[in-house]
Amino acid sequence: MTAAPNTAAPTAAASTMAPGPRERFSRWVNRHRKWVLAAPAMGFVTLLLAFPLVWTLYLSLTDKRGSVRNDSEFIGVANYLEVLTDTARFWPAVGRTAYFTIGALALQVVVGIIIALLLRKPFAGQKWARVAILLPLVATPVAVGMMWRLIFEPNIGFANEMLSWFGIAPQPWLASPETALTTLIFVDVWQWTPMVALIVLAGLSAMPDEPEEAARVDGANWFQRLWYVTLPLIRGSIIAAVILRGIDALKTFDLLYATKGKGGGSFNEVETLNIYAYGLSFDYNRYGTASAVLILFFLLILAVIWILTLRRKRAQ
Amino acid sequence: MKHLITRRAMTAGLAALGVGAVAAGCGGSGGGSGEGSTTLRITLANHVWTDIIKEKIAEFEEESGLTVELTQLGEDQLSDQYNVKLNAGTDEIDVMMYRPLQEGKLFGQNGYLADLTESVESDAEWNWADFQAGPVEATTFEEMVVGVPLITESEVLYYRTDLLEEAGISVPTTLDELETAAQTLNEQNPDVAGFIARTGRSPAVTQFSSYLFSFGGDFDADGTATLDSPEAIEAYKYYGRLLHDYGPTNVSTDMNWPEAAAVFAQGQAAFYTDASSLYQNLALPENSTVSDVVGYAAFPAGPAGSRPYSIPAWALGINEASSNQENAWAFIQWATSPAMVLEVQTSGVPGARTSAWEDPEGTSSFPPELAEAIAANAENGVGYDRPRVISVAEARELVGDPIVVAITGGDVDAAVATAQESYQSFLDSDG
Repeated sequence: MTAAPNTAAPTAAASTMAPGPRERFSRWVNRHRKWVLAAPAMGFVTLLLAFPLVWTLYLSLTDKRGSVRNDSEFIGVANYLEVLTDTARFWPAVGRTAYFTIGALALQVVVGIIIALLLRKPFAGQKWARVAILLPLVATPVAVGMMWRLIFEPNIGFANEMLSWFGIAPQPWLASPETALTTLIFVDVWQWTPMVALIVLAGLSAMPDEPEEAARVDGANWFQRLWYVTLPLIRGSIIAAVILRGIDALKTFDLLYATKGKGGGSFNEVETLNIYAYGLSFDYNRYGTASAVLILFFLLILAVIWILTLRRKRAQ
Repeated sequence: MKHLITRRAMTAGLAALGVGAVAAGCGGSGGGSGEGSTTLRITLANHVWTDIIKEKIAEFEEESGLTVELTQLGEDQLSDQYNVKLNAGTDEIDVMMYRPLQEGKLFGQNGYLADLTESVESDAEWNWADFQAGPVEATTFEEMVVGVPLITESEVLYYRTDLLEEAGISVPTTLDELETAAQTLNEQNPDVAGFIARTGRSPAVTQFSSYLFSFGGDFDADGTATLDSPEAIEAYKYYGRLLHDYGPTNVSTDMNWPEAAAVFAQGQAAFYTDASSLYQNLALPENSTVSDVVGYAAFPAGPAGSRPYSIPAWALGINEASSNQENAWAFIQWATSPAMVLEVQTSGVPGARTSAWEDPEGTSSFPPELAEAIAANAENGVGYDRPRVISVAEARELVGDPIVVAITGGDVDAAVATAQESYQSFLDSDG
């Protein structure tokens, strides 16, 4: 916040005369100008963020079903108890959310750093390479989902066709409950690694050359320079990329829904928390339970952000 | 484009905060559709019926002096739209196309659908009595008419005439014959699956229902789940076996009708059971590589006879919150007039008016075999194809679980036991 201190008010109203109501108002405005000027924006944000949150919190404490305009009863934390003891849908969804997020994020960070390092030094055709790598980023997730669904079609898809060139047996990919989520991690990696690469590349270009040169003079080999000099210097960018991508991956919805549909497939095989909550509210019309899941999910995201931010601060 | 943006915004909103129920909280901002507005907002599903009627809307606009704003969506997106908008009490939808068996009870219970009882009975020429009794029952909620049935369908058997002739097999009339034929054709044609049908947990339920009924089973009886009856278990096993043993290799468990129909239309399956209203996806050369060798038959008989579903798939209703209900009714009247239903049916979409079926012109466009199959199905038909409950979407997933387990060759008895239990507790709490 860069609000000017209140004492710097420029009005030099005569203090001896009793001020009129208009003047009193303008003085009041002046004294509180940091609040007054920010009020419209704050009101807007409150409306957009706080209202939905409070409303969801309220719904999560009721047994609202069918329509949110139907009558409902206040049932306290019953929805939370129901959800937290649900080992059939909720906890597996938590597990899948974690598996998807951690799997996708780990691969994206490693591959993203490698790509950024490769793109760092100028080479012929570098411009084209950069554009090509950024292409997946600009595709819309639903279109990406449709495309990969066709590629991974077990009988006529390109993926199995390609495997057959190398004599590898066809794989079920998205069609099998065992491999669907892992296949989707691969698609997510394909789409979002460029973003990690971009952020890391920005960090690399802002990095001074001297420490690395000094290390080279000291006789450090390629790996030592990377591990002890470069990576620690761009740690801030890497953590920023992890935070951005991590939160995004936690909340992935479009890709999963576009490829596997309602409930994350017939065995709920790719049902993450977001998909589960969506199903509860849009298919089952159980607004109370859905809201409880969403509040828990919201708390989970907050916790993750909090942990990552703490780490980042420590890193700085 | 408008609806696309809304949907994207909705998905983005969900993803952004993960606050789904919020959508419902953002009240319906009123558009310019006031009392007796000349702009009529109509929401229709992607369907052959919609394609035909869309061409004619200009005629309606000219006759009535109204401007029609049409939104057209796929089934699932349509459901989501209704959930969001009707929940918020929107008046932005006047006429709505909906699935009486899927959403009828839910919408009726929520008060989303306007009472049309007086309207339907007011016009003798339009003739409400002409509508078939089964469909009318499905669009009636607690003795109140809330919708006008548009499209009827039943489950038929599609087959490849060339493959059957080659193998010297006659058209199966029983489920036993169907299984033997699927097995034979599968063995004789390694590249062609013997059988294909929907495999997705929820989409498969409606098509599985005919098998269930024909084996003598049902989803429930008087509030008691009957998924574990010997008849029902046999039906689950039969449907799963056909797809597991004679279906495509690596069969996916995500198939709805577009995917299943495509397998047949690309010549990769010998038999296919699905809704009669989908036949143009197989019979028109632009949709199908086997259009000239598609055969049609009534649903094969099981131990309890041939008991296919025969249902009203879609209906038109009016949004209770609409302030333009009179004009909305004018549109429905126009779109479901005896002449229009006959005309649409002549273009290949089975309607719900008795007069259209009695008129030789009404069945003239159907392949004769298909018309026969539909007539036979109508005689033996069951009036529903999914659990008749309020939360149909949830019920379909519960009763559909054993289907996918059977398709993947899993332990059907265990899956049925689980499904029976969860469906029973669902029935106890539904509504």
